[in-house]
Amino acid sequence: MEIFLQQIINGLTLGSIYAIVALGYTMVYGIIQLINFAHGEVVMIGAMIALTVIGTLAGADTGLAPVLIVLAGAACAIPVCMGVGYAMERVAYRPLRGAPRLAPLITAIGISIILQNVALMIWSRAPISFPQVVANPLFEVGGAHISAVQIAIILTSIAMMAGLTALVYRTRLGIAMRATSENRQIAGLMGINVNRVIAFTFIVGAGLGAVAGVMVGTYYGVAHYTMGALLGMKAFAAAVLGGIGNLAGAMLGGILLGVVEALGAGYIGELTDLCRYSWLAELLAGNCAQGQNFVLFGSNYQDVFAFLVLIAVLVFRPSGLLGERVGDRA
Amino acid sequence: MIDALARMRRHPAAFWVGVMLVAVALLALPFVLASVGTAWVRITNLAILFILLSLGLNIVVGFAGLLDLGYIAFYAVGAYTYALLASPHFGLHLPFWVILPIGAAVACVFGVLLGAPTLKLRGDYLAIVTLGFGEIVRIFLNNLSQPVNLTNGPQGVTLIDPFTVGNFSFARSETLLGLTFSGPVKYYYLLMLVLLAVIVMNLRLEDSRIGRAWIAIREDEVAAQAMGINTRNIKLLAFAMGASFGGIAGGMFSAMQGFISPESFVLVESIMVLSMVVLGGMGNIGGVIVGALLLSFVPEVLRYTVEPVQRAVFGRMLIEPEVIRMLLFGLALVLMMLYRPAGIWPSKTRKREFAEQD
Repeated sequence: MEIFLQQIINGLTLGSIYAIVALGYTMVYGIIQLINFAHGEVVMIGAMIALTVIGTLAGADTGLAPVLIVLAGAACAIPVCMGVGYAMERVAYRPLRGAPRLAPLITAIGISIILQNVALMIWSRAPISFPQVVANPLFEVGGAHISAVQIAIILTSIAMMAGLTALVYRTRLGIAMRATSENRQIAGLMGINVNRVIAFTFIVGAGLGAVAGVMVGTYYGVAHYTMGALLGMKAFAAAVLGGIGNLAGAMLGGILLGVVEALGAGYIGELTDLCRYSWLAELLAGNCAQGQNFVLFGSNYQDVFAFLVLIAVLVFRPSGLLGERVGDRA
Repeated sequence: MIDALARMRRHPAAFWVGVMLVAVALLALPFVLASVGTAWVRITNLAILFILLSLGLNIVVGFAGLLDLGYIAFYAVGAYTYALLASPHFGLHLPFWVILPIGAAVACVFGVLLGAPTLKLRGDYLAIVTLGFGEIVRIFLNNLSQPVNLTNGPQGVTLIDPFTVGNFSFARSETLLGLTFSGPVKYYYLLMLVLLAVIVMNLRLEDSRIGRAWIAIREDEVAAQAMGINTRNIKLLAFAMGASFGGIAGGMFSAMQGFISPESFVLVESIMVLSMVVLGGMGNIGGVIVGALLLSFVPEVLRYTVEPVQRAVFGRMLIEPEVIRMLLFGLALVLMMLYRPAGIWPSKTRKREFAEQD
């Protein structure tokens, strides 16, 4: 039971990071029906910048409070990522808005290769590690442990989601965004500067990505120039799970995916240990008797779950958990 | 490309002289390269493999218009099939003409496995799912060393048999008529033969009933369906055919290298093959070949020039050739899509399609 609770806590932490990244995908998709393939790399850039700044400040003995140092890292990462997001939209997506679907997808792949290699040039191949600046006390909850960083991640992501919801549903800009996603042409006729709204969506998405980058870096204590691709794919799976284009869906999908992944990694070894099933144990008596397990799949398959979820959702409920049925626009 | 050939056929003499010249040049090429260095023969062989791969992917992406980002998985399946059936790993040593069809068939099954659940999806979803599929295959190859050692995990499979026909091994050097045929040179001729067969197959496919059905689906799926095309089966066929070509290329890669590991089948490779197809001209066989050649040789040239140039200019190496190569890839993808979306040598229909959208 403790293990179960522990995995739930880990899953919630991971899930809130996925949710924040997924929001970036879903916002862009909602407004221009484009999968921003390079979003994962924006998260990576955010993590790299934040960790560099945090490392420098922590090493310089400035006497700043640890929390301030982390905030400073985020404060540097967010504007840079926003700039990257804007540049990306301006250079690679806007000129292709009327082109066939394949075109922006391929430029997106190109952009992510470029971002990855620029990061490689700046930060080299070695992973950047996160200095232990923040004291990270563990709290006990019903036998499981939750760290201060985990609590901070979960709380921050709740705050980001609340902020984003407020932005989209309570401000003029939010109305413009929703109108643009409803019908770009008519929104333009209503006096909305569609290009500006789309650019702004990218900027907000990239900003969220930067925050997610800081979270991932702090949580795992390490950042690497290749970290974006897998994270991006998982977050995309989360967005699809919740219903792409739907904000609440991205949040729900992210958290669900995080929990599924944590539970899956925690239990798959046990579940696929063939020696636990009596009828198979006889067959494999030789293997089982020596006290060895006969585990088919171990926790090193953790990364597979996101894709399995993605494929399952696309096959059985392509509109996702909360998404509305969208017609084929292919 | 067909049109170019047809035009040439109107002048039979010129056509055959041209064919002869190209044939002689291709026959002599490995010896010219070998005099520069055997490494270049190997590089050329790998380039031919990449042409095979791009032609396979071209069926899926170029003809049928299905964006597949996990194509390297089929290459991996073919390579591992060959490696497991012809190496000391399981103690099996089947001859290559038995394994290559098996490899193609296994890859084909994987193609259908991937295609069947995903073909209802719209293009961009398909891209992500195929990408995930590629990663899943790689993760499995990496981890299937336990509990039963199937793939030998990250260490990969070593001591893979080279192609042999009777006593004639493709790995040994032999002297014939005063010419030394080294291993890579022999593989070059074999690869050329396979390439020729694949090109002919592709040319025939393009203009066949199936090829036209693929292109119809790419242009407008609903209209294609209305015209009586069974879109599901035809799309599945595209996946299966593309995958089998990948499987064959994988088997040959395995035999040529003698060693494979999951490292050779990462996402970047999928993207590289895709870049070849896109850069050359999706859907045009000649274009795809040009794209594959460009992207195979430019990085090699860079490898030999970037370092000395940087040392001469800056006194030390600032940027690794690998980084420059990837940056150029990325830039090329973006710039191509922005300024010449149909590729260097576009197919006629593709060109029209991209032009219409403006």
